[in-house]
Amino acid sequence: MTASVELRGVSMDFDKYRAVDDVSVKINPGEFFSFLGPSGCGKTTILRMVSGFIEPTKGQVLIGDQDMRGIGPNKRPTAMIFQNLALFPLMSVWENIAFGLEMRGVDKAARRAKAEELLTLVELPGVGDRYASQLSGGQRQRVAIARALAVEPQVMLLDEPLSALDLKLRQHMRSELRAIQKRTNVTFIYITHDQGEALAMSDRVAVMSRGKIQQVDVPQKIYNNPSNGFVASFVGENNKFTGTLGAISKGQGKFKTDAGEFAVTLGEGVTKDSKYRLYIRPEHVGFVAKPKAGGNAVPVTVEDVSFEGNFATVNLRDKTGRRLSAEVRNDPLNPPPAVGSKTNITFDQDKALVLLDSEASAYAEKD
Amino acid sequence: MSELIRRFGTLLTTVAILLTAFWLLFLVIFPYLGLFEQSFRPYLPVDEIGGPNDFYSVNNYLSMFHNPTEINLLGLTFSVPIHLWVFFITILYSSITALAALLLCYPLAYYMAKVIPPKSLPTFLLLLVIPMWVSELLRAFAWFIILAFNGPLTIVLQDLHIITDPVRWVNGLGGYSGVVIGLVYAYILFMLFPVYNSMSSLDTNQLEAAEDLGARWWQTHWRVVVPHCKPGIASGSVTVFMLAAGSILVPTLVGSTRSRWFTEIIQQWMFESQDWNTGAAYAFVLLIVCTIFVTLMMRFFKVGLADIAK
Repeated sequence: MTASVELRGVSMDFDKYRAVDDVSVKINPGEFFSFLGPSGCGKTTILRMVSGFIEPTKGQVLIGDQDMRGIGPNKRPTAMIFQNLALFPLMSVWENIAFGLEMRGVDKAARRAKAEELLTLVELPGVGDRYASQLSGGQRQRVAIARALAVEPQVMLLDEPLSALDLKLRQHMRSELRAIQKRTNVTFIYITHDQGEALAMSDRVAVMSRGKIQQVDVPQKIYNNPSNGFVASFVGENNKFTGTLGAISKGQGKFKTDAGEFAVTLGEGVTKDSKYRLYIRPEHVGFVAKPKAGGNAVPVTVEDVSFEGNFATVNLRDKTGRRLSAEVRNDPLNPPPAVGSKTNITFDQDKALVLLDSEASAYAEKD
Repeated sequence: MSELIRRFGTLLTTVAILLTAFWLLFLVIFPYLGLFEQSFRPYLPVDEIGGPNDFYSVNNYLSMFHNPTEINLLGLTFSVPIHLWVFFITILYSSITALAALLLCYPLAYYMAKVIPPKSLPTFLLLLVIPMWVSELLRAFAWFIILAFNGPLTIVLQDLHIITDPVRWVNGLGGYSGVVIGLVYAYILFMLFPVYNSMSSLDTNQLEAAEDLGARWWQTHWRVVVPHCKPGIASGSVTVFMLAAGSILVPTLVGSTRSRWFTEIIQQWMFESQDWNTGAAYAFVLLIVCTIFVTLMMRFFKVGLADIAK
């Protein structure tokens, strides 16, 4: 069983502070959906409203087209995985997993059988009689997933459950979570501030800032076609230029900066009168010794090269002192330019995006 | 030890240890040993002490089993030695006191630990502690007045039309309601703080996790909160039970005509009969049996001594 989740004009106020501001989004049944944003952006509040721990000040939360107002967390078809997992330390692993069934009055033998079945599903057979404290971080994670799955939820809510794990394990658990979601076909709502997690696991991502959704889209679109400066800055790195738009036609135009004039592509809602900036991803930046006439190019000095293995980050400075960076794939035959050398960077028009800048994007840069 | 010497120097460490040893030996252990020795000797006129009649026996302890009296309980009549009966009643009502204190403190501790905002907690704690600044005697006496026949409680309830005829409040529970009320009031904080401490160390996410998995509020309490708080509950119960069983003031002041407390009998032996020997014997019976009782209860509820010390 799986269900859709819909937020209709949902707002949440804590005293005078508006944590969630008029959010509307529809999450499809069986979808892996992430809310991505910095801490304090309201993503956890959304999760708690779906789970029923808090009721929205305004608007509706619907699960499977049913309005959830007035229905407590113990009556909703959701199960939550907490950031600290919140396993019960005084119960054995199988009792933890079977807790939801125990609350529903299922008899002990059936509970035990279901717990073993779920332990097999999360690839952790035979640990039923141990206690959570005797398990490793990754194993505890799996127990928490099994415990949530035991109540056969239609919607699974995950509140940054991987944040306590080390990097290797986190990456492993990503694909694991994704696999479990596909196997069970339960709707997953995942909360994270880690863009890598959100992009790697999700069917769709909602990027949030200051209680508002900035963009809802598939991961590729979020990264390649950010709707505004905040999304571009929060998800991935950028080279940024301030400047003014010249001639505009059909979503393309000229952008005049102190480093030169560039041919650019306009983002959503950008007009000459709006507040905007130019964003270029480091991996879309290339090097040329002699720039083509009319192409986008900036003369730069190489300050530093940090070699990461599969790619290298090249830190640069242009003549105005602006810091820029380029990411080049590792290629022994074509190494990155030497430190101290003078060269030119270049980028394509369709990769040079002029995006709306809001207050929110300044906020993202501070993080 | 070497840590202490390093931090405070040899002189200060020696002084501290000697003072502690003095306190333990001269104020606790020796007096107890003295009473313990006396409890095996007969009560004699001064000129016979050390004489041929002054020999060790358990006669003082056996006097618990003298003076059988008729007791009516649940329609049955027993013949029980009166002091033994009072002893049993003391244990029983001390247990009831501990239970009543727990029933009052559990919701209060939960409210303090998990419901009220942390910034109003100090005010709340202060309100709880202020009554304890008044002497125990005055507090017990206050209850004596409140519960009196035609006293303030009766008048208030009559004015609210909850009762019509005056009630003898101290006569409930077989004549022990006044004692239980007074004891609960006197020792309630000894229950509240251990329970509150264990409650506040419970991760709130656990409560939410239980609720999220479908637990109703009482299921959450029974399966998550109570097991977590067991050490605190045990610690509070032991303390309140021991204090109640050893209390003399409250049973004397707020008792009814029918209530007798074992400490009152000890007091009678010691100060009315001047028989310190039998009084000491009774005091040791109270100490030892209460300790055994508490140990058995802890065994029954599967609580270790180390849990309580936490």
